[in-house]
Amino acid sequence: MTLFQCVVNCSNESAGATHRFHMPHRTVKKGLIETALVTGASRGLGAALARELARRGTRVVLVARGQSELDAVVQSIREQGGEAHGVVADVGDKAAVYPLVGTAAELVGPIELLVNNASELGPTPLRLLFDTDCETLERVLAVNVVGPFRLAKALGGSMAVRRRGTIVNVSSDAAIEPYAGWGAYAASKAALDQLGRVLAVELAAHGVRVLSVDPGEMDTAMHRAALPDADPTTLLAPEAVAARLVELLERGEAPSGARIALTAWGREVAS
Amino acid sequence: MTALAAAVEPRAYGSERLLAVDPAQGALSHHAFRELPSLLLPGDLAVLNDAATLPAALRLTSHDAELRLATREPNGDFLAVVLGAGTFRMPTEARGPAPLLAVGERVTIDTLAGAIVGVDPVDSRLVRVRFELAGAALFRALYRAGHAISYAYHARASELWDVNHRFASRPWAFESPSAALPLTFEVLGALRQRGVEVASLTHAAGLSSTGSPSLDRRLPFPERYEIPAATSALIATTRARGGRVFAMGTTVVRALESSALEHGLVRAGPGVARLVIGPGFRPRAVDGVLTGMHEPTTSHFALISAFAPTPLLADALAAAGREGYLQHEFGDACLILPRGRASGGALRDRPPASGPRR
Repeated sequence: MTLFQCVVNCSNESAGATHRFHMPHRTVKKGLIETALVTGASRGLGAALARELARRGTRVVLVARGQSELDAVVQSIREQGGEAHGVVADVGDKAAVYPLVGTAAELVGPIELLVNNASELGPTPLRLLFDTDCETLERVLAVNVVGPFRLAKALGGSMAVRRRGTIVNVSSDAAIEPYAGWGAYAASKAALDQLGRVLAVELAAHGVRVLSVDPGEMDTAMHRAALPDADPTTLLAPEAVAARLVELLERGEAPSGARIALTAWGREVAS
Repeated sequence: MTALAAAVEPRAYGSERLLAVDPAQGALSHHAFRELPSLLLPGDLAVLNDAATLPAALRLTSHDAELRLATREPNGDFLAVVLGAGTFRMPTEARGPAPLLAVGERVTIDTLAGAIVGVDPVDSRLVRVRFELAGAALFRALYRAGHAISYAYHARASELWDVNHRFASRPWAFESPSAALPLTFEVLGALRQRGVEVASLTHAAGLSSTGSPSLDRRLPFPERYEIPAATSALIATTRARGGRVFAMGTTVVRALESSALEHGLVRAGPGVARLVIGPGFRPRAVDGVLTGMHEPTTSHFALISAFAPTPLLADALAAAGREGYLQHEFGDACLILPRGRASGGALRDRPPASGPRR
């Protein structure tokens, strides 16, 4: 059995069971997400998420730095009958934000789902913190914290007025566990988590959900760069993780402000 | 009458002032902008224009001139005004002579190229441009080649983050729908906490000035808009419960009144606002207007004259001058309150507005 089948089956088993996350006090619309913007979408989890969303009928804008890789993903989504558009941008660049969100909204309409997935690891092999340049930390924070904040700020206002929208920040267990060598990345993800939690509180009255999602260890280019010796058979397939995440979003069960470890979601039943 | 000073740069957070004009009482009152929610009532509805602002000033590399995008046509062409050589520091009317662009002529802005496919028969400075790109490539090139329209009275050129308000979405506007610029999340939260509903529409706010007197007299040009179903539904429920509808900006007035005039009531969907609103116009959809400070020669002033008697608006401007209010983009705000409590029911049953008739 492949990992993909395993995860799909696991979530099927959980259907009907009491989930870890309950609806708090407000009904979130279930079903189709009409429009989405996914950063870091030319590979790994971002590409898999864009494919999964498009497969379910979402009009998706994919953002990445590299044109050719991005074009290839967009093309393959279109060949499968999905609606996808690629926009080349560096989310760490302040001047890129308005062109990016303006182009995205022009192409697919007001954005309902923002997935802040693009991440900067810093130089690999990973270094201990005191072997890390301060400029590396600045760049990692620019891409992993300030960039997502700028995008959330540029897209979240129209979500708030329309009382409809979800912001997903892709996190990592490095945000919680102090792994040696992961310092800059870990600090950025911890900051992103807390930014999201505060945003969730501030946007609660406006019907906008903010979630942090820890996807688990996946077989991606980023993971190979960080841990080249890891056994790929022990890693999750991004496609399976993406399917699980989109299912979670469409079911609308996770309360705003939650930090979701995706590998555990839906498996824990009330005991 | 005292001429108002212009704001020369974006205002410090929360520093904007608000002059409330109450036609029912013939009274004026002065407020901080953040007090806006206290001037509205629970059950009222505030509608804002969520258009993002494009960098609509394109300095041609093919000619010593600037193309200023003004509107977009249903087939994707843009109508644009040709300005002569010069920078934003010069008032548009003080620029060098605009070159005559002929049909078929090619224009380029760095890597973005287009063709002139039409020239206005009355004023040749108004042209129709068809760019060679479409979709994501067109917008990527526009954002790369264009600059936000900047103002001669400003201290520096405007950036996109200056002219886009917090609630912007699709980039349909060519100049900022600036009434929403002082609207913070704090004020949005306070409005909703008070029981005021907030909704949006998208209206392609166009140019405020062309540098050509004959074109300026034709402003505002027809502009496209789209009203979401959720917004038209909120307008209907607001009416039904006797609430008032406030337009957060003159572009919102144009969109809602155009829709109401065409359909008898505000209907969801796209449209083109051809309406030019002035004194004597009887609003059917909008009760009150939030706008900037506008002097009597502007089309904005003509529009708000449909909501309050001209002498009261003149008093308001005089008071604003004495109190040091700032006008134009990044300036202070003016709230025209309703003439009376809406009676509810169908729009066409509303009592006729009292006020000057032209």
